[in-house]
Amino acid sequence: MGKITGSQAIVKCLQEEGVKTIFGYPGGAVLDLYDALMSSDIKNVLVRHEQGAVHAADGFSRVTGEVGVALLTSGPGATNGVTGIATAYMDSIPLVILTGQVPQPLIGNDAFQEVDIVGITRPCTKHNYLVSKLEDLVPTIREAFHIAKTGRPGPVLVDLPKDLVASSLNYPVKTPVQMPSYQPTYVPHPVQIAKACRLIMAAKRPVLYVGGGVILSDANAELTELAQKLNIPVTMTLMGLGAFPGTHELSMGMLGMHGTYTANMAVAECDLLIAVGSRFDDRVTGKLEDFASKSKIIHIDIDPTSISKNVKVDIPIVADCKNALTSMNLWFDKESNFDLSEEAARHKPWFDTISDWTAKHPLSYTDSDTIIKPQYVIEKLLEFTKGEAIITTEVGQNQMWAAQFYKFNQPRHFVTSGGLGTMGYGLPAAIGAQMAFPDKTVIDIAGDGSIQMNIQELATAKQYGCPVKIAILNNSFLGMVRQWQELFYDRRYASTTMDVTPDFVDLAKAFGAVGLRATKKDEVIPVIKEALATDNTVIMDFKIEKEEGVYPMVPAGKATTEMLLV
Amino acid sequence: MKHTISVLLQNKPGVLSRVTGLFSGRGFNIESLCVAQTLDPDVSNLTVVSRGDDNVIEQITKQLHKLIDVIKVVDITEKEYVEREMVLIRINAEAHTRAEVLRVIDIFRGKVVDVSAKSYAVEITGSASKIKAVIDILRPIGIKEIVRTGIIAMSRAAKTK
Repeated sequence: MGKITGSQAIVKCLQEEGVKTIFGYPGGAVLDLYDALMSSDIKNVLVRHEQGAVHAADGFSRVTGEVGVALLTSGPGATNGVTGIATAYMDSIPLVILTGQVPQPLIGNDAFQEVDIVGITRPCTKHNYLVSKLEDLVPTIREAFHIAKTGRPGPVLVDLPKDLVASSLNYPVKTPVQMPSYQPTYVPHPVQIAKACRLIMAAKRPVLYVGGGVILSDANAELTELAQKLNIPVTMTLMGLGAFPGTHELSMGMLGMHGTYTANMAVAECDLLIAVGSRFDDRVTGKLEDFASKSKIIHIDIDPTSISKNVKVDIPIVADCKNALTSMNLWFDKESNFDLSEEAARHKPWFDTISDWTAKHPLSYTDSDTIIKPQYVIEKLLEFTKGEAIITTEVGQNQMWAAQFYKFNQPRHFVTSGGLGTMGYGLPAAIGAQMAFPDKTVIDIAGDGSIQMNIQELATAKQYGCPVKIAILNNSFLGMVRQWQELFYDRRYASTTMDVTPDFVDLAKAFGAVGLRATKKDEVIPVIKEALATDNTVIMDFKIEKEEGVYPMVPAGKATTEMLLV
Repeated sequence: MKHTISVLLQNKPGVLSRVTGLFSGRGFNIESLCVAQTLDPDVSNLTVVSRGDDNVIEQITKQLHKLIDVIKVVDITEKEYVEREMVLIRINAEAHTRAEVLRVIDIFRGKVVDVSAKSYAVEITGSASKIKAVIDILRPIGIKEIVRTGIIAMSRAAKTK
């Protein structure tokens, strides 16, 4: 084979990695790459802002499990992508971000649209590269994909100087990536598995606390098998929603700051906490000393740094969640001499306690006959999508109400910025999800504040025929911050009143989308029905109760049993 | 408690800033840092001295190991080890102190590496405690300038029985 250009080689490499869709925005430093892409079968989704490109690639990855790819130009193109990269990093989402860079002789000269993006993104990528030799170009991109999707996944950035991309090279034959200094542990240690299983057999009040790691390793079936086999109640983190069926009788819903009363009480009272693919985040634990303080802790995670970082654990298991759960299920089937159904019956008093908690303080809200309650909107969205929609969210109250009231029965259906909490995430992520599944209903549950952070992506949705539905829970406030001000700052609503917002119905029309509005409760269902029946991008503007709060709520720094209830 | 951690890493551009960025970003402290190539030109050795309780040190070693370019991390404080630091000291050496300075340097097995009418520059190598001792003794005489390499360290070989 003769020589090809660097840009052709990159495109060929992307094809080898199975990439069919990328999200990006062109510019001077990536002109060659865009030119080469135009002659390929890879579809570039032209976003309206680079942050949108990275979020869309991220949403695409979360619903498919594949590596999401974004292509940005140098300088401001790259820096605009940083929030998206940090978002993916915090939630362990596999992405490859290709950025253009000025030609090598100009690097360090403060050239036009030059920025040290490798330096800037070092703390918010799993790894990053500035390619400096032509022969490294293709192997580096292969390594980037390998690193992004293996171990604890994450974003990897490859910075591509323009002169290298424009040079000619012989395309290297694909060989397996060899990285002696990077060897994630996938297989659990059998001794640790046996220890964990014996502890589970001995527990009287066990709880499974599962996070996004279960979804990332596609271990939901194994998790469900374990929970059912041993009759263990399950609580999920925000990132873990969908890892276990939300409507299952063993599900206690979400735990943490806005978790259910039952889940938080169960964690406080359990005698064994089995953490799977979760990382004891401060929004989950509250005051650390009081978190699961009566229990032994088993922690399964592929990232050793997550183990005993915040909470000391008794049995660490470094492994892929799927492998670890499979091994545990096998152990119970083959090694244990106990009668599992009898063992499960032992948990009955525990379940009675749990049922009491739920009966006393179920997840609820005070409904109204006229005013639209945000929780009611979510319940109706759940009802009319039969719980099968892909839900993305913005960040704040909208995100928490979605997490509480939409019951996710399948993994990869809830797409939200959990770790970084990025407002403006939901719309571009919904576009990415819709590009992956054109026939699915994709709904961005938004607030009137968040939606304005990346509203420009409505044009992207229109350009690519993405019929995403945006449900704005419009309270004319930055609602979550307002709620904190109400509770902790004497109702002094400093800079949280959104007195001037666009007319979202007119705005939708201006973009060529459909705008619908509900101002009274009885208008909610017709709006939802019409939106779901419309084969176009739709904004639903729900004028909700202005000062509705998200409850239960654990004030920051308090123990998770100190919940403020409805 | 003070820990000396020895790290083998890929000798690539930017690797050092990954390590230092990790320390600053996660609020770990660096008391001393020393890095140079090993026999293999593609691999560097880095010795870092840090302080923290067991949890902090455990996180430091795990986080270092998590860096893609890091090959091996050993907290050598847990083992028998040898540590050395070199220090260059320029010290006042007027007529009445010249002999005294030379005596002190000799006791600490140091070397005079530069001489002027009013000062000596001396080179001293040793463990952290020896370097501290020599500085304490020379300080009253008048140290004009001091440059230290930072600590390098190596585990002792396993004893054969």
